[in-house]
Amino acid sequence: MTDATTASAPPQPQRLQLLRVLGPVHVWALGVGIVLVGEFMGWNFSVAKGGAMGSLIACWVIGLLYTCVAMIDSEVTSTVAAAGGQYAQAKHIVGPLMAFNVGMYLVMAYTMLEAADALVVGDLLHQVAGQFGYAMLDPKPFVVLTIAVLAWLNYRGIFATLSINFVITAVAFLTIVVLFFALKPWDPTAALHHKELLTGLPYGWIGVIAAFQFGIWYYLGIEGTCQAAEEVRSVGRSLPLGTMTGMITLLIAASLTWYVASGLVPWQYLGQASVPLFDTARLTGSRFLEVFLFVGTLFSAVASANGTITDAARAWFSMSRDRYMPQWFGAVHPRFRTPFRAVVFLVPVAVSFAFTGLLDQVITFSILSGLLGYTFMSFNMIKFRKQWPLGSIKRAYTHPFHPVPAITLMALCITTYFATYLGYGSQLLAMMGFYIVASLWFHFHRYKYVRRADQFTMPWPRPRLSR
Amino acid sequence: MAKKPYQPPVQSKGGQIFDSFFILALVYAALLTPLLLGLGASNGATKHQTAPTWESLHQNTTMAQQWEKLGYTPKTAAPIIEQQFDYSINYGYLLLTIVVIGGYFFFMLKASRKEYLEVIDEKFGDDSH
Repeated sequence: MTDATTASAPPQPQRLQLLRVLGPVHVWALGVGIVLVGEFMGWNFSVAKGGAMGSLIACWVIGLLYTCVAMIDSEVTSTVAAAGGQYAQAKHIVGPLMAFNVGMYLVMAYTMLEAADALVVGDLLHQVAGQFGYAMLDPKPFVVLTIAVLAWLNYRGIFATLSINFVITAVAFLTIVVLFFALKPWDPTAALHHKELLTGLPYGWIGVIAAFQFGIWYYLGIEGTCQAAEEVRSVGRSLPLGTMTGMITLLIAASLTWYVASGLVPWQYLGQASVPLFDTARLTGSRFLEVFLFVGTLFSAVASANGTITDAARAWFSMSRDRYMPQWFGAVHPRFRTPFRAVVFLVPVAVSFAFTGLLDQVITFSILSGLLGYTFMSFNMIKFRKQWPLGSIKRAYTHPFHPVPAITLMALCITTYFATYLGYGSQLLAMMGFYIVASLWFHFHRYKYVRRADQFTMPWPRPRLSR
Repeated sequence: MAKKPYQPPVQSKGGQIFDSFFILALVYAALLTPLLLGLGASNGATKHQTAPTWESLHQNTTMAQQWEKLGYTPKTAAPIIEQQFDYSINYGYLLLTIVVIGGYFFFMLKASRKEYLEVIDEKFGDDSH
């Protein structure tokens, strides 16, 4: 048997399952590996929108948004532990069209992040080549090479892929810590110049709100840990442990990153840099730190691209297995047990967007898809508690203060849509146009190929619904 | 009693290929084309100085030193420093954005609920009587 999900043979042949090989370390590596690149690039566009102080405020406020996401996701994921993460949640709690959209949010958020990662690899090599007198180096071959090699690794198997991710993510995180201590934070005036470089709020408070858009980039993707739920050995232990340690890692890394970069780089330069931490290292005058942060930036971008290929392919695979997308993509490789067709299909999309060279705009598409997913989480939580009240089904974790986190999350999402409207309004409308057309296509065409009751696989009682 | 299960039609290989390319085409048309046409970020107007200095660009001594360490002169740094976002609000455009996002979620939740009720009725039996 080579293809477990071919379209033409009811009754269905037995499905090949994904291998359960991952532990908490891999979950940490998957979550942090995807997100850590956000400390090496992208977060600094929030400085362009609201100044360095505005970026710091955005980092904290958006940290609150992600705290709500973590609280909500921990409860729902501990109950719906299946590949596809939020996609599987939407199928069981809101409905098929919502699930299709959530699946697309995941695919687009991760594929655009993959494109941004590859773009940064190309930009970094171009910049370093320029320093050595080879300013004409074309970054495009490196973009293609990065995506192709990582797609091949993902094609071959998730265990080796995420084991490599663990090592390179750990090295990338170490480079931030080393940079921080090399700048003697215990003596803030020795190497850093916050007093001279921090300029207050250049656009006032509206700039702070505008900065929320890229504040998302400090953390975007941490919720991706639950994408691999079906491949985790002990879901109840590994998922919360890997996600929580990942979130702590990111909070530390975000604080260190802002502190060192804003203390060395003028805010207008910082706001447009494609590799801000590498530039920060250049300004220290230490060749060792420059090389070390070159390695850190490269490793973080590669680790992130690696994790995003894993997650995007699994979301696409889950949708195809449910026939939300053509079934051909729902095949598991007979030898490597990976969603190999889904891995390959998304490669040209990532390459195309990486080739534009428009890092802030590619990132914006990723942010918007993530933001739509967080908006879903807010009303999904309300529906989840309403349809299955506490005590009606087994929950491994129940978050406190319901519905405060859901309402706070919704309010912060609405504010972040407004933040995106400020400066990136046409991209916001383009993204919505994409999801509207895709939704119409699914509802009026694609859904006819979907088996109805097969979408509900959890052993739960009938939901409480008002008709 | 559970409803008789819905039997979906079998999609041909050609249909699967068409659907795959439709989504790809949609990604390129809706998302990539605006980027290639320069319709993405809308930064405000840039003020151009003919002979900028660090002082005229409002950069203090430390800032100027850091720019120079990065390999910039006032002339090469000026386009970056003078690039500003324009946060003035176009209320018509804002209203359009609100209607589009609101309409999207309204349609999606409405259609999702209709589909979800079918799923639940087939899984657990029709509860509407």
